[in-house]
Amino acid sequence: MVPLWMFLTVAAALFVIGAYGVLARRNAVAVLMSVELMLNAVNINLVAFWRFSDPVASVSGQAFAAFIFVVAAAEAAVGLAIIISVYRSRYSVVVDDVDMLKW
Amino acid sequence: MNVLSEWAFIGVFFVLAPILPAVPILLGGVLSPKKPNAIKQATYECGVETVGDTWVQFKVQYYIYGLVFLIFDVEMVFLFPWAVAYGQLDFFAFAAGVLFIFLLSDALVYAWKKNALEWA
Amino acid sequence: MIDVPSFAELNLEVALPGIFLALFTTVLLIVDLFIPKDRKITTAHLTIGALVVAFVLNLPAFNAGETAMNEMFIADAFAGFVNMIVITGAIITVLLSVDYMKRSGIEHGEFYSLLLFSVSGIMFMGSANDLIVVFIALELLSIPLYVMAALRHDDVKSEESGIKYFILGAFASAFFVYGAALIYGATGTTNLPEIFRAIAGADGIVATENSAMIYLVIGAAMVIVALGFKVAAVPFHMWTPDVYEGAPTPVTAFMSVGAKAGGFAGLLRVMIIGLPLLVVNFGDAVETMAIGETITVPSAWQTALWLIAAATMIFGNFIAISQTNVKRMLAYSSIAHAGYILMAVAAVGTVQITKVAENDYTMVAVYAESALNGALVYLLAYTFTNLGAFAVVMSLENNDGSGTMLDDFNGLSKRHPLTAAMMAFFMLSLIGVPTTAGFIGKFLIFDAAIQAGLIPLTIIGVLTSAVSAYYYVRIIVNMYLKDAAVTDEAVGLTPYVNYATIVAFAGTLIFGLFPMLALDLLASSGAQIATLLF
Repeated sequence: MVPLWMFLTVAAALFVIGAYGVLARRNAVAVLMSVELMLNAVNINLVAFWRFSDPVASVSGQAFAAFIFVVAAAEAAVGLAIIISVYRSRYSVVVDDVDMLKW
Repeated sequence: MNVLSEWAFIGVFFVLAPILPAVPILLGGVLSPKKPNAIKQATYECGVETVGDTWVQFKVQYYIYGLVFLIFDVEMVFLFPWAVAYGQLDFFAFAAGVLFIFLLSDALVYAWKKNALEWA
Repeated sequence: MIDVPSFAELNLEVALPGIFLALFTTVLLIVDLFIPKDRKITTAHLTIGALVVAFVLNLPAFNAGETAMNEMFIADAFAGFVNMIVITGAIITVLLSVDYMKRSGIEHGEFYSLLLFSVSGIMFMGSANDLIVVFIALELLSIPLYVMAALRHDDVKSEESGIKYFILGAFASAFFVYGAALIYGATGTTNLPEIFRAIAGADGIVATENSAMIYLVIGAAMVIVALGFKVAAVPFHMWTPDVYEGAPTPVTAFMSVGAKAGGFAGLLRVMIIGLPLLVVNFGDAVETMAIGETITVPSAWQTALWLIAAATMIFGNFIAISQTNVKRMLAYSSIAHAGYILMAVAAVGTVQITKVAENDYTMVAVYAESALNGALVYLLAYTFTNLGAFAVVMSLENNDGSGTMLDDFNGLSKRHPLTAAMMAFFMLSLIGVPTTAGFIGKFLIFDAAIQAGLIPLTIIGVLTSAVSAYYYVRIIVNMYLKDAAVTDEAVGLTPYVNYATIVAFAGTLIFGLFPMLALDLLASSGAQIATLLF
């Protein structure tokens, strides 16, 4: 069987790629996608930890993953709605253009 | 070692996969005659040539549809385990599922009344 | 095969205030659709009614200390107190919003539903006894706030604050779940008391020395980063001034107290119940301890919180001095206030180790109770005071968002003596002058920090409080000693805003004069947490 550390490495790599995307991408939609990538990295972690603990005794790892799933979708929906609303008023989804208030 | 032999198949595929399509393309490039003209070099896209700009704006309604769909689609994650275990659930667990569906329909009524489902 | 708990076992009545509010909100969303556009005041009245009902339902929680939903949820004095803070805060926020929303042309019934969703999220956060619940509560409180920040959709500033808050908030919640996943991986459970027991181990120390330690430390660090973002602690505060300035003022007011209360409730739950005994480096002292001897060690996260708290207090107060827009000044001062509460959280991390017998130790986070009480009373005081200050700022704010500069307060004592007097009192409470609620909160926190041995941190706290007096007193000086250049009508000074200001004033005064009212409510908090853990 594939050992735990391999799952954790993949998850950590995805998380870091996602974090890099959030910090470095200028397009708001790409930033949103990067956040989703980070959340999915967490899901890999959770399911791997669940599989390598006692899978029958406790399903909280799996349940947690399902909740992250749904919450990520809710977050994406709200985020896209806000991004569309900004786009309508400025015709741009580039984060750097959203600069009325300085960071 | 055991792990490696499992993954070895994928390694073989990685090597073979580019070769298989590359060989006929190379052969075609070497053997076929070349007589280019304007029509031959035009971009081929599903039969008809595109008219106007490809980057057309979608109706805003399309996004709202997408967002509503996204939520209802993903909420199914909670209903699948409920449906699979349906035969073994007592009345309360059944009622909890029904309550969840009620909450979803509540949101649907809201979206409906706000004209999010109109395509006009 | 599947072990489904029965209805009685779920013990749902314990979670009744939160469940009632969440269900009511979904109904309110539909009811609001049928309320005509010019009668949206009805929605506000319904909202206040629901909040009052939830407040009453919450009262039994103080004596209960029971768990619900397979131990995922708990109603103890802590939860009851957080609920009380946030429900009162929400009632004041609704009073503030009614006229503001109308005059700035953004009156939507959905605003009240979003507010109630956020409130129920904070209530679940206060009662969370499981990392999953903490996460869901965190999202339930944040997602409506993203929308509320961007509510002024004709105003680019408001949209910008919404998109910023959203991106950084989503980023922070990803950190939170990653940390939670690592803690789950190290302990095999998401239940906070079980995490505590897994870390404490059978004989106290052994369990924390295995390889799971690295997961726990990284996990705890990521949870602190994420919740530090929610409560706007330095260096995770970058979003605060922009979002506070851009969002509609009532939303800013609610964000500065509600989101903060929620973030701190989560942080306190995780730190006091889950991770208080996470000690990495015991030092040599443990080796040479005699039987019966007691030593004090810091937990792994105490130094981190110490630094964050110190940076937050210093940075927040010093930047606030240079602000000329009062709304922005209050944003920076709210950063500073997060620093004081973080000081209390840091005090939890002082762990006492007693050697009972050979290879048998007991570890206790001895100051958890006084730190918890300090943090909660401070939050209560801050909620009343800050909402009051925002109410006054809002009464002076014009429809286009101007009128919140320092100079706009000039001569307020002559134009509106009562409002000016209350504003002066709120400013004194934010400084922490005796007879105000702010003093009680600061006193309890400094007391807990000194007990826990955080003397340098306490000194920083006292000094920065003195610094903060400068910019708070400046407003009082402007109101009483300067003459107004323009005779600006305070358009926002409507009956509802007045009620809100008076409620906030009453709260600040009453808890300042009779602190035992708050402390009695919290009397059983420590004992209830102890029963939970052992």
